[in-house]
Amino acid sequence: MAVELRKPIRERAPSAAGPRTLFEKIWQEHVVCEPPGQPPLLYVDLHLVHEVTSPQAFDGLRAAGRRVRQPQCTLVTVDHNVPTTPGHLPVTDPIAARQMEALRHNCREFGLTLYDIDSPDQGIVHVIGPELGATQPGLTIVCGDSHTSTHGAFGALAFGIGTSEVEHVLATQCLPQQQPRTMEIRINGPLPEGVTAKDLVLGIIGTIGIDGATGHVVEYTGEAVRGLSMEGRMTLCNMSIEAGARAGMVAPDEVTFDYLRGRRFAPKDAAWDDAVAHWRGLKSDAGARYDKVIEIDAASLAPFVTWGTNPGMVVPVTGRVPDPAAARTAAERGTAARALEYMALSPGTAMEDISVDRVFIGSCTNSRLEDLRAAARVARGHKVNPKVRALVVPGSQAVKSDAEREGLDQIFRAAGFEWRDSGCSMCLGMNPDVLQPGERCASTSNRNFEGRQGRGGRTHLVSPMMAAAAAIAGHFTDIRRWRFQ
Amino acid sequence: MKAFRTHTGLVAPLDRANVDTDQIIPKQFLKRIERTGFGEFLFYDWRRKPDRTLDPNFPLNQPRYSGASILVADRNFGCGSSREHAPWALDDFGFRAIIAPSFADIFANNCVKNGLLTVVLPEAQVATIMKRAQEVAGYRVTVDLEQRQVRDDLGLAAPFTMDDFSRRCLLEGLDDIGLTLQHEAEIAAYEARRSSMQ
Repeated sequence: MAVELRKPIRERAPSAAGPRTLFEKIWQEHVVCEPPGQPPLLYVDLHLVHEVTSPQAFDGLRAAGRRVRQPQCTLVTVDHNVPTTPGHLPVTDPIAARQMEALRHNCREFGLTLYDIDSPDQGIVHVIGPELGATQPGLTIVCGDSHTSTHGAFGALAFGIGTSEVEHVLATQCLPQQQPRTMEIRINGPLPEGVTAKDLVLGIIGTIGIDGATGHVVEYTGEAVRGLSMEGRMTLCNMSIEAGARAGMVAPDEVTFDYLRGRRFAPKDAAWDDAVAHWRGLKSDAGARYDKVIEIDAASLAPFVTWGTNPGMVVPVTGRVPDPAAARTAAERGTAARALEYMALSPGTAMEDISVDRVFIGSCTNSRLEDLRAAARVARGHKVNPKVRALVVPGSQAVKSDAEREGLDQIFRAAGFEWRDSGCSMCLGMNPDVLQPGERCASTSNRNFEGRQGRGGRTHLVSPMMAAAAAIAGHFTDIRRWRFQ
Repeated sequence: MKAFRTHTGLVAPLDRANVDTDQIIPKQFLKRIERTGFGEFLFYDWRRKPDRTLDPNFPLNQPRYSGASILVADRNFGCGSSREHAPWALDDFGFRAIIAPSFADIFANNCVKNGLLTVVLPEAQVATIMKRAQEVAGYRVTVDLEQRQVRDDLGLAAPFTMDDFSRRCLLEGLDDIGLTLQHEAEIAAYEARRSSMQ
C-alpha cells in the first residue's frame, strides 16, 4: 500500500474574493459543497489513525454497515500505548494489549495498512506523517488527536478531531465544518541565542493565554518563523492547540521543499516539479486580512520553563515562581494558588533553584532528530545527576535509527540517559513510562496538566536543550550559560 | 445521536477555569475500546484523595448534588486533548448540559456529536448560576434549546446562541454521517475532478 494523495484542484476562488490568506486558499480548494442550512463539507486528504481514538469509530462503521471510503488516504500506526522497551515489548497491560489488537483487527477488516510495533516505520503519528512525506503543503489533514496541528508546519490545514468525527472521515472522507476565524502571529526579528522553537511557542502561549486562539486558525509569520527548520516549525505548530487554536500553519518555502524532496510518499519527477509550482502559491497574498493579528518581538523571548499546571503558566528560566497575589482577578489568583499547591512551589522561588527527579526528552513536540541532536550536544561529555532518572524516547523508529547512525545514542547512554524505542511514552503516560506521585519532571512534551505524566506528578515544560541541562545539573539551568563539551 | 430539546435538572457547580480533558477523564481510562461505562471515571483524580477514597469536598461527591444533570464551570472548559471519552464520561455520569463562559473547540464539537449541550453564557450569568448552585439547596435550571434560553425559578432568563446546524442536529438527534452521505454525488464528483489531474 501507499498513501496516495490526490492532486489539489488548482482552482482560483472567484476573483471578487480579493487577496486571500494561506488558510483561505486551502479551505476553498477543499470545499466539496455547501448544502443549504449546513456547514460546508470539507474534503480530507490525509487521515491519520492511532489505537486510542479509533476503536469506537470502527465499531460505528460496522454497526452501520459502512466501509472506509479511501483506505489509501488513511495512515495508521500504534503510538500512545506502546511500551518503549526494546521491540516495544512486552505489552504487560492487558487492556492496552486489547486496544492494540483491536486496531490490528480493524485494519485487516477495513483494508488499511498498519505501521505496527514491529515496523521500521512505526512512530508517533505526528512524527511519521512528515517523515514518510505523507504530510504535504496544501493538504487537509485530520487525526483523532489534538496535536494534529503539528502538520500545519508544512502549510497544510491540519486539526484534531474526536472519535465521532474519525468515524465520519473514515466513512465519507469529509467533515462538515464551520469556517474558523484567522489569526496571524508575527514574530519580528530573529530568535536570540539559546532560544528554540519550543521557547518561542511557550512564549506565545504565555502571552496570549491558553484560550487566546480558540476558534482561530493561526498562521505564524515573521523572520523568526522563516528562520526555523521544519522540525522547529513542527514544534511551533504542534503546540498551537495549547493556545486553543483550531490549527497552526506556516507557509511552505524552500525549507519545506528541501525537507520533503525524496521522501517516500512525496511526488516524484515531473509530479514533484508540478507540486512545487503549486506549493509556491500557498502563501497569504499581500493585503490579505486576518480576523486578529498579534505581534511579538523575538528579542523579548528567553529559554522558558513552566511553573504551573497549564502551558500558559510560564516564565524565563532566569525568572521566579510568580506570586498568585499579583494576579489581576480573584479567579486568576485562585487558579494560580491551586497550581502552586499542586506543584509544591512557593512564590518567589528562583526557577534555577528548582530540582528535578525525572527528565523526559520525547513526544510529538520534541522527539525529532534535530531535537535529539540539540539535547545530545548538551549532554556530550557530562553525566546525568545521580538523583535524576532521564529518558530519551525518539519520536519514531526511523528517528531512532538515524540517531544511532550518528552516535547520539552513545552520547546519551554514556551520560546516563536511558535510550528507548519510539512512542508517546511519558508525554501522557498511557504506557508504563509514568511519574510517581510527587516526582518533578523536566519534560519536552506539551502539557503540564495535573496528573498528565502520572497521578501527582509535577511537569515543567522546557526545550530539549533545557531538559538535557536539567538532567545533568539536577535543577533547571540557563542553557545560555551552558559549558558545551 | 441522542436528541436534546429541553431539559430541567439539578445544577452541580465546578468553580474552576480551564478544566482540561485530562481531568475530565484521565489517560488510564482511554484504553477501553467501548463507548460506554466511562461515568465512574469522570474527574477520577479530583474526586479522590491520594488514598483513593472519595473526597467529600469535591462537589460531585456531595449528596446535595447527587443526580445533577447540568454542570456549571468557568471559562475554557474542555481544553487539551481531543479525547471524546470526556463527553462520554460526562454523559454516562448523567450530565445533559454544561454551562460555561467558553469551551475549547474540539471538546464542544465532540459534545454535539453525543447529544450533550454546551451552553455559552456571559461570565456574569455563569457566576449567578454558579452562586445559586452553591447556595440554593436543590437549585435547578431549565436549558431550553428550542427557545435557546436558560432559566430558573429565581428570575434568570438567559438567551444563548448556537449555530443553526448544530441546533438542528441536537433537536432532531440527526446522524450527521448519514447527512454527509446524502451528498455522495458531490463527493464523488470532487474526487473525480482531483483524480483526473493526477
